[in-house]
Amino acid sequence: MAKTMQGSPAQRAQQALTNLNDSVQGSQAWNSIFRPGSIFRKGYSDSPRNRSYVIMNSVLYHLHPVKVKRHAVKVSYTLCLGGLSFFIFILLTVTGIFLMFFYRPTAVNAWDDIYALQTSVTFGLLVRNMHRWGAHLMVLSVFLHMARVFYHGAYKAPREFNWVIGVILLTLTLLLSFTGYLLPWDQLALWAVTVGTNMMGYTPVLGGQVRFVLLGGAEIGTDTLLRWYVLHVLFFPFIIVIFMAIHFWRVRKDGGISGPL
Amino acid sequence: MTEVPEHLLKRAQAAKDKAAAKSAEAAAPAAPAAESASGGDSRIPAHLLERSKAAKARKEGGAAADDSGGGAVATVAPAAGGGAVAAPTGPVPTGPGGHTQRLLTVVKSGSIQDVKSKPQDKVHTWPHLLIIEFAAALFITAFTTIFSVFVNAPLLELADVNKTPNPSKAPWYFLGLQELLTMFHPMVAGVTIPGMGIFLLILAPYVDKNPSNKPEDRKFAIALMTVHLMFWAVLVMIGSFFRGPGFNFTLPWRDGLFFDL
Repeated sequence: MAKTMQGSPAQRAQQALTNLNDSVQGSQAWNSIFRPGSIFRKGYSDSPRNRSYVIMNSVLYHLHPVKVKRHAVKVSYTLCLGGLSFFIFILLTVTGIFLMFFYRPTAVNAWDDIYALQTSVTFGLLVRNMHRWGAHLMVLSVFLHMARVFYHGAYKAPREFNWVIGVILLTLTLLLSFTGYLLPWDQLALWAVTVGTNMMGYTPVLGGQVRFVLLGGAEIGTDTLLRWYVLHVLFFPFIIVIFMAIHFWRVRKDGGISGPL
Repeated sequence: MTEVPEHLLKRAQAAKDKAAAKSAEAAAPAAPAAESASGGDSRIPAHLLERSKAAKARKEGGAAADDSGGGAVATVAPAAGGGAVAAPTGPVPTGPGGHTQRLLTVVKSGSIQDVKSKPQDKVHTWPHLLIIEFAAALFITAFTTIFSVFVNAPLLELADVNKTPNPSKAPWYFLGLQELLTMFHPMVAGVTIPGMGIFLLILAPYVDKNPSNKPEDRKFAIALMTVHLMFWAVLVMIGSFFRGPGFNFTLPWRDGLFFDL
């Protein structure tokens, strides 16, 4: 105790801070949260053992192995496109949850809610913009990811099935984007979806039924809005997360990313 | 009384002889030195001399055992009792340095073992990969946010089923299909061609039997995919920028853009 009272005020403050830091990082609660090897643990040092522990003892172990091929970390090979697609999906989930607080999927309320969100909700316009541009960006990055994988021949054995999963993910991404397109309930949304669903109505044999199920009626209306809202915020995200889980798991099972060329 | 196998008897005899030789050596430490001096070859290591001596002694012992034959078993067995009991627990070390085995030959591993996995050059996921992923995520977040600050998402007037905008366009990623609508029957343009496109993509890894992922070996596959991607890219661009009122062909620099994201 006497020791801490020595020195100038600045030194004493420094000492107090160090003591506080030590007691927090030494506490049972802290050590129960951060497993050994966590960079937030007391006395973390850069060693091969701790580098392994960072992955092994964190939730990231579900996504990444402890070590990866040296060429796999070259940005010029993957351009980060797959990871970015996943990250944009997370970004869209976060901004989308924010938007859900201010939106009612009915023909009477939808447009007014979006308008109110833009004009009277703090950061409402910004978050809506991020959701919109993020969605376009995700379609683009998933598409580019597919092109990258093809040009590297990364769909070849043993990765054939993961390529199939990837094509399904691309389709789901388009469906997610398309179902979200209707929700602002403005002229752009209504007529874009009219064009899109009219095309689906020409499906052989089942065309009429497909269109009826998608629209929740003969014409686009408030039932369509509710239907597409549920598809957009719950159904397709649920499906796409399952396929993403299989996709990421297979990347590791098939021996990490392909290459080098 | 159980019969002691002959080879165990021999081994016990040899061990006894060796022990005797050792004690003799201890009794007359000068003897080996004199022997090596008389041999005139001081380069032979002491333990090899010892081993040859033991081998000689064993030969004599073996001859003695042969002489006594099967009849001697009963008489020798009690005497060799200690050795016989010890033998099953482990062979008596007779090799150099008391080893129980001898090196017969060295076979290089490549000729009899098939080493399947070659050691790979790997790096730790933390920090090498995670740093890159973190930077990429940060970049895309910053990009989306800054872009969203300056460019607003479109919100046209309230949807009105009685007021068809001219032109009515689908979302940009479906504009390729809408472009096809100008050339084909809606079933072909809206269902058959995109369905075939997705189906072919899924089939790609099963149709492409070429195992190489080197670009120079896959000229045909790369050419085919490039044509496929360009087909959609060109259609989407025409549909987006070169289609005006009535979905007729326009030039964007002459008539302006008829395109909303």
